[in-house]
Amino acid sequence: MSLRTGYLAAVLVGALWGALFIVVTGVLFTLVTGTVSAPPAGAAALAGTVSALLLVSAQEDARTRARRAVAAISVPLVLGLLTFMTPFGLPLDREPLWQLLALVLFVASVAFANERCLAGIPRGAINRYQCELVFTRAMKGIGFAVFTIIVALPFYVMVMTSFKSQQSLLANPLDLSIDLSQGVDSLFRSYVELFTQFNFGRYLLVSAIVSIGTVLITLSFSVPGAYAVSRLRFKGRDFLARSVLLIYMVPAIVLVIPLYAVFSQLGLRNSLTGLLIVYPATTIPVALYMLQGYFRGLPSELEEAGLMDGLTRLGVIWKITLPLSLPALASVSLYVFMIAWNEFLFAYMFLDDPAIFTLSRGVVSLNSSEVPRQHLMAGAVVATVPVLVIFLWFERFLVQGLTAGSVKG
Amino acid sequence: MQRREARLAWAMLAPTFLIVFAIVLFPLVANFWISVKPVGLADLRPPAILVNERLRGRPEAPGDPVTIEYRLRNSSQDEEIRNARLSAPLPAGFTPAAAPEHCSLENGGIVCDFGTIAPRWRESVRLEGAVDAEFLKLDDPLNAYPAVTSGDADNILTNFEFTLENFRRVFSGAEFWSVLKVTIYYTVFGTGGALVLGLFAAQLMNESFKGRGFLRGLFLFPYVAPVIAVAFTWVVLFDPFSGMLNALLTRMGVVAEPVNFFGARSIPITLFGLTFDFPLALSTVIAFEAWRYFPLSFLFILARMQSLSSDLYEAAEMDGATPLQQFWYISLPQLVGILSILFLLRFIWTFNKFDDIFLLTGGAAGTRTLTVDVYEQGFALSNLGAGAAVAVVVFVLLVTFATLFIRFSPKEEGL
Repeated sequence: MSLRTGYLAAVLVGALWGALFIVVTGVLFTLVTGTVSAPPAGAAALAGTVSALLLVSAQEDARTRARRAVAAISVPLVLGLLTFMTPFGLPLDREPLWQLLALVLFVASVAFANERCLAGIPRGAINRYQCELVFTRAMKGIGFAVFTIIVALPFYVMVMTSFKSQQSLLANPLDLSIDLSQGVDSLFRSYVELFTQFNFGRYLLVSAIVSIGTVLITLSFSVPGAYAVSRLRFKGRDFLARSVLLIYMVPAIVLVIPLYAVFSQLGLRNSLTGLLIVYPATTIPVALYMLQGYFRGLPSELEEAGLMDGLTRLGVIWKITLPLSLPALASVSLYVFMIAWNEFLFAYMFLDDPAIFTLSRGVVSLNSSEVPRQHLMAGAVVATVPVLVIFLWFERFLVQGLTAGSVKG
Repeated sequence: MQRREARLAWAMLAPTFLIVFAIVLFPLVANFWISVKPVGLADLRPPAILVNERLRGRPEAPGDPVTIEYRLRNSSQDEEIRNARLSAPLPAGFTPAAAPEHCSLENGGIVCDFGTIAPRWRESVRLEGAVDAEFLKLDDPLNAYPAVTSGDADNILTNFEFTLENFRRVFSGAEFWSVLKVTIYYTVFGTGGALVLGLFAAQLMNESFKGRGFLRGLFLFPYVAPVIAVAFTWVVLFDPFSGMLNALLTRMGVVAEPVNFFGARSIPITLFGLTFDFPLALSTVIAFEAWRYFPLSFLFILARMQSLSSDLYEAAEMDGATPLQQFWYISLPQLVGILSILFLLRFIWTFNKFDDIFLLTGGAAGTRTLTVDVYEQGFALSNLGAGAAVAVVVFVLLVTFATLFIRFSPKEEGL
């Protein structure tokens, strides 16, 4: 008799989901309530297994709604029995509502994952195809859980920490719950202090000026350049179009010492003018590359018609090419804006005067032992929110732009 | 006609050329120049004559004598200044008695010429004279008439004094080779990690389901958020005392004591009875790199996968190919092109990366890469020349990698 049966697959899959989801929901419970849970992974694995076996013991067409309900209900029953009614290693009267919610989430996840993994899998012997199907489904499940957690958790911690007070952070680092009873004032205290005592309003303004300035300068330089490369014939055109991106491979750290030396002597170092020279220089090559790709895709007949009708080249660009390439201009602008907004190295090296700090530079100045952690995290939130909002707003454009022209270091 | 078009093209490209030459190509060359010069951070301030004015005597009535004293010194400890000059207007109502040595009085001011002055030179010029009523009315007579100095000094950046000391320092230290090793580990594993995670995530997203758009947006967060924000969040998250992760691990009994993820150079790990040192801080930094940059590979791989035709998969399904076989024999060969391009790009960018490690560990605990070393030598140790020498090493290695990659990578549809 072969070991490769639906039963064995059910045992493995059920144990996996039981153990995985009890840890996930247990940690979630802890983060939301601040009460430390001790998720019983072994018992949960067994509960998941029992449920999976109940499911798989029926053939595909016999997996009725009732059967699936029985399989789902078996999860909390087995878990409760094995842990003496402490599903998260805690007595049931500690945060009963949240415990119930976590338990429901756990049961639903296990039942759903078991059903998805074992769909179409018979209880008896299974072939290699079915075996791998279960394996890939399980991997996908793990993937979704793990990716969502590793991406979302740091951002969750960032936001929640910014709402905490120094004492509660030190008392229980696991408690990331929001205590609404303390009132709005004390909840947003870090933010209020950032804007009143740490001058973040000004940093926000400076960052906005520098980023928008960079976008404008970059566009005004790269649009004519991209047009020349994509439409006009001249010697060395192809070489130019290809070598533009090589500029992007040059590491900023190699440029920083000479620029620091030269800008110091020219008096440009500790000034926004300096940044507004350096930032566009690093973004123009990419912008030019992205735009020329788009310009090439536009029909040249329209422009020729414009020339016939007596428009100059510049008139053609202004009246025909630019209106047609608004989507590309938007994605390039957003992209350049993001680069300038997030830039750290040059801002850190060049700016000494707190009156002209960008947000990146300002947040770094919060990273000292005298400034509490929640201020640092609040600063991080302030720096992140504008760029994330813009990103989510224009995601479609940006994703196109990123994959079409490519890239940022 | 054609010539006119070419002229227009160059005119349109001129601004781009100008700024790229000034800010990218010129510094690249200048970096080689600085790397062979004995220049420190302090040398950027050129030697100058500092002047301090004082009034001696307390005039109370018109006709009282006073002395104006100008105390001068060369700000540099080791540079001489040529054509050193002082010029100062005289306060209203002050009548000088006689011009001091080196100096002459001309139309209401004093001008002194000291010729070439030595390093650490000090001098004080006393100008005696008498005052009248107008002078006595001034609150602060000297501040209203500031003295001006001038002089020519060698600029350390532009003179022709060269040294190989910077490179000798960089290569002689045993540290350099460990820095190089760390750089290579960081680059290889950071790039590999980001690619593998990106490939995995792309596999997850390559089918339609509810909430796919939301998840795709979420998966891009690490890449879109500012580096300072995510780096500091990781620092807070992994903090050994107040960090959430350590609290979680200790309370759940996974580890006995908090782990200092960013501060511990290595921890002993016992596996199958063998104990070896695990480079903890470096691994955490590599994990950060993979975490932050997997979205980029994810986007590119997903875009490529969605452009693959489904015919092949349908045929394979008919023939009974298993899911893993389909991935291995159909998907992967078609993804090799984009994977190798991504590897090339990410390898170079990871190699160039400075911000991430600098913000996470500052290069401590065995995480100092070449780029962080540039900062360390140039700014932390205030030796710009040595920093530039490391930057030269960075650049030369980069050019080597790029050439190797371009020679040996498969030709594939361009980016």
